[in-house]
Amino acid sequence: MSKFKKKSDGGLPPISTASLPDIVFMLLFFFMVATVIKEDNLMVENKLPSADQIEKLDKKNPISYIYIGKPSRNYQSKFGTADRIQLNDKYAQVEQVKAFLSTERAALREELIPRLTIAMKVDSDANMGIISDVKQVLREENALKINYTTRKGDAVAKN
Amino acid sequence: MAKRAAPEVNAGSMADIAFLLLIFFLVTTDIAVDSGLNRKLPPKQEDLEEKPPIIKERNIFQLNVNKNNSLFVKTGGEEKTIKLTDLRKEAVAFLDNGGGIGDDACKQCKGKKNSKSSDNFQKAIISLQNDRLTKYSTYIAVQNEILAAYNELRDREFKRMYPNLGVNFVQANAAYNDPGTEPEDKAKLKDKLRIIKDLIPQKFSEAEPKKN
Repeated sequence: MSKFKKKSDGGLPPISTASLPDIVFMLLFFFMVATVIKEDNLMVENKLPSADQIEKLDKKNPISYIYIGKPSRNYQSKFGTADRIQLNDKYAQVEQVKAFLSTERAALREELIPRLTIAMKVDSDANMGIISDVKQVLREENALKINYTTRKGDAVAKN
Repeated sequence: MAKRAAPEVNAGSMADIAFLLLIFFLVTTDIAVDSGLNRKLPPKQEDLEEKPPIIKERNIFQLNVNKNNSLFVKTGGEEKTIKLTDLRKEAVAFLDNGGGIGDDACKQCKGKKNSKSSDNFQKAIISLQNDRLTKYSTYIAVQNEILAAYNELRDREFKRMYPNLGVNFVQANAAYNDPGTEPEDKAKLKDKLRIIKDLIPQKFSEAEPKKN
């Protein structure tokens, strides 16, 4: 009696999975390279409204982001639930938008400054008051190209 | 003692580890391109020396969104509340009215030619005022509908003037803005887009919101 049974001949040889890790690593590297890690850590709620007359934001032109919304849930005990502006990764007051714009502009080459687009990422539940204030500052600072960032979808149905 | 060969490291779990990482990056990747409504703010008003030009009331589509997010419109000699779903239709009817006579006559307009509504595309102005408590999503919906009304008319005129291109205004504009489009195609589109934009200018003004 043998300890090990002799393998029966004639069966299909098992498919080699030795190259599987290579394939998976290849995919992994692709996604690692393609991933853009978010620049700004969101501190406000940011559920964008939807619209269907949208245009793509031209990445050739410089873009600055302004986030507006209620503080996220873990900041609400400290900062309340009134709408806030977020610039870079700090809460800001309307007056600070001006300073933000000058730092953003200082980082750009001169010929790009008039092409700076301000992308407004505003929560759907925010009130227009704070947005109008920001828009007034942008007008005074002559940053006239703005983009209301939205998701693609039906604008009317949600209201 | 006999020298033992180092045991081979089992690489069987390598695939599992790689899969785990792969799934992590798959989930966190956000390939979506930012898109939205492009608008241009009016430049800051210097102290006006001269009076602003007088605009006939029939050429203004006065739209007001109050703090309860209802829409109120004043145009063509009537004032009424309208639903968001009807806004696009109403705006198109206003812009396309073509009630002008003589020099102001509008050849391309296909509207009702109501003498109490807008003269032509160039004269028609849509004005929007909102309250400080208006919800942002309503504001975006209104902006979207107004832009849709302009795009609808621009599409129509673009197709009428350049039927051979097989695209509408919005598609042509997207192609023009696409960095992948060939420069010669861009040059061809540029003038055509300009003509349509001049024919139907976006005269859409936003008043400063009411304080309360």
